[in-house]
Amino acid sequence: MTKLPTWADVVLVPVISLILAALVSAVVLLAIGQDPMQALSVMVNGAIMTPYGWGYTLYYATSFIFTGLSVTVAYHAGLFNIGSEGQAQIGGLGVALCCLFLPWPHWTLALVGAMLAASAFGAAWAAIPAYLQAKRGSHIVITTIMFNYIAAALMIYILVDFLRPTGSMDPASARFAATTALPKFHELPLISDLFLRYTAEGAVRLDPQGNPMYQKVPANISFFLALLACVAVWVLLWHTRLGYMIRAFGKSDKAARYAGISAVKITMITMLISGGLAGLMAINNVMGQAGRLLQNSAEGAGFIGIAVALMGRNHPLGVVMAAILFGFLYQGGAALGLETTIPMELRIVVQGLVILFTGALDHMVRMMLGLVFRPRQA
Amino acid sequence: MDYATFLQILDTTLRLATPLLFACLAGLYSERAGIFDIGLEGKMLMAAMCAGSVAFLTGSVWLGVLAAIGGSLVFALVHGLASITFRGNQLISGVALNFVASGITILVTLALFNQGGRTPPLEGGARMQEITLPLADTLRGVPLLGPFYADVISGHPLLVYVGLLLVPATWWLLYRTRFGLRLRAVGENPASVDTAGVSVARMRFAAVLIAGVLCGLAGAYMATGLQAGFGREMTAGRGYIALAALIFAKWRPWHALWACLLFGFFQSLALRPDVLENLGMKIPVPALDALPYVLTVIVLAGLVGKAIPPRAGGEPYVKER
Repeated sequence: MTKLPTWADVVLVPVISLILAALVSAVVLLAIGQDPMQALSVMVNGAIMTPYGWGYTLYYATSFIFTGLSVTVAYHAGLFNIGSEGQAQIGGLGVALCCLFLPWPHWTLALVGAMLAASAFGAAWAAIPAYLQAKRGSHIVITTIMFNYIAAALMIYILVDFLRPTGSMDPASARFAATTALPKFHELPLISDLFLRYTAEGAVRLDPQGNPMYQKVPANISFFLALLACVAVWVLLWHTRLGYMIRAFGKSDKAARYAGISAVKITMITMLISGGLAGLMAINNVMGQAGRLLQNSAEGAGFIGIAVALMGRNHPLGVVMAAILFGFLYQGGAALGLETTIPMELRIVVQGLVILFTGALDHMVRMMLGLVFRPRQA
Repeated sequence: MDYATFLQILDTTLRLATPLLFACLAGLYSERAGIFDIGLEGKMLMAAMCAGSVAFLTGSVWLGVLAAIGGSLVFALVHGLASITFRGNQLISGVALNFVASGITILVTLALFNQGGRTPPLEGGARMQEITLPLADTLRGVPLLGPFYADVISGHPLLVYVGLLLVPATWWLLYRTRFGLRLRAVGENPASVDTAGVSVARMRFAAVLIAGVLCGLAGAYMATGLQAGFGREMTAGRGYIALAALIFAKWRPWHALWACLLFGFFQSLALRPDVLENLGMKIPVPALDALPYVLTVIVLAGLVGKAIPPRAGGEPYVKER
């Protein structure tokens, strides 16, 4: 097989995989009697043509950045963490306990506390599979899958039997105190004006008290924390001794062991970081958006993290771009469900296809590109 | 708990264990040949959708079963293509196919029936009829064993018995035939099979396709036998429970049967919380739901013997030049 130039490998392979996924999705849409171009234009209009759409797209992207980073960090140590979903759910439990049972005077303090709780809970949920992989050689993919299901069952039990307020039927916790609410995009200085509501005549809408009204969006301050997390992961992986050990272990565990890197230590630390990142997602959805803990709070974002990491070629910058792409897909998919007869489950198909083409059929894509980049024969 | 209730629970156990058993044996063929299959869930779901839709549209359950096998085989082929031909990551391929199945089944059923991702309820010839085994009513009078035979063993759809018969058949095929020897060898040491002049790719494709057929039967049974029609996400993680059962059984056919019956038993207990309460045990239902996964982790941890997967599992085979 021809070796591709680096730029082709980094840029062309994901782009072509994405195009292939889009083509197959278009075929699926045609097969169920829908118009793919109409679908695309509804998605674009719903997700990225207005500040309101961006307010949702970036909200989803925030969650996906955290889970994408979670998968990325594990990947660099040669570990495939399918458990981000469960880790994010347990992270949500940490956030809920922290916000429900501690009296926070201000959201900034609550945010610090919630971040610590979320990452500690997420890391704890990753710790057992990590230990079993490191010490007993149990395959981490299988154990993390099992832990996703155990987490789901545990969350139902805790929500129904402990956190559910008396008299409520929903399997959900009580609402968090207002002092723990994170500022959303329409409440932030500088950018809040983008979300002003206008009357038909073009004047700013005012509520009865005479204050301007805003379009409420779920994107919140955790988006910026997600970006910070990307920088932190980049520094960790490529500019620290630990990151070097993680990557060396991932490239060749035998060579790493020979160089004196402890397999047990690296596996444990990497998975704790990975679980912590997945858990951190909960500050976005549980604390930032819902304001209470719901059943299945992660809503599959942990699995999308796999697609995001693969699409972003396991680099933080790529993860941000892929996460925004999937945020677009999610918000656009919701717009499809609202405005057309195309079901929003289309986004799960696209997500699966992206994972398939970028993660499993990547050699096929490379072989195709290899024909283009074949060295000229004299 | 009286004897009749106990028999009811066993009856439900057998019903719920059957899709697990089909999927578990599917995983067994695939993984014994060195191809990890996380996509059992997706193939079952796809098969259930095909079975439910075709059985409703044609009114024939057997056409539904054929469609289920077809739908599942398409996914098996893609998995084979990705993991054998293009040497991709088998785990990722399985995960991806599960998502595709999850979305596409809803898309198709919405387009066909517009009933919120379900098929309309199946009736008459579109459902798998229950078979009363010979002498079931005659023997009912025999104490203990009579009702057991009549209520638990007899009175299931055909596929339940097919599933049970597949266990000895799989054992025989794997351990007593040349095909089985080669299939196992290809999962342990593909180079040796290659040296003997047998195509590794062909053996692995055969295994993956067998897995496709079995997942097809699992899905068909779910949509036309266990329930009357397809519902969104109706497999509800059974593919993963089957995977857990496979590990629990340490990749052996007879043990797979016992593991699936055990996990089916947990599922049937979870449906009858009253029974446990009458026995004075207060086990929360989520704990019962989580039990198969917890047990599998315990087995994986090597606390009860060691679960050693086929050695070449998950590794694409590259022919030496």
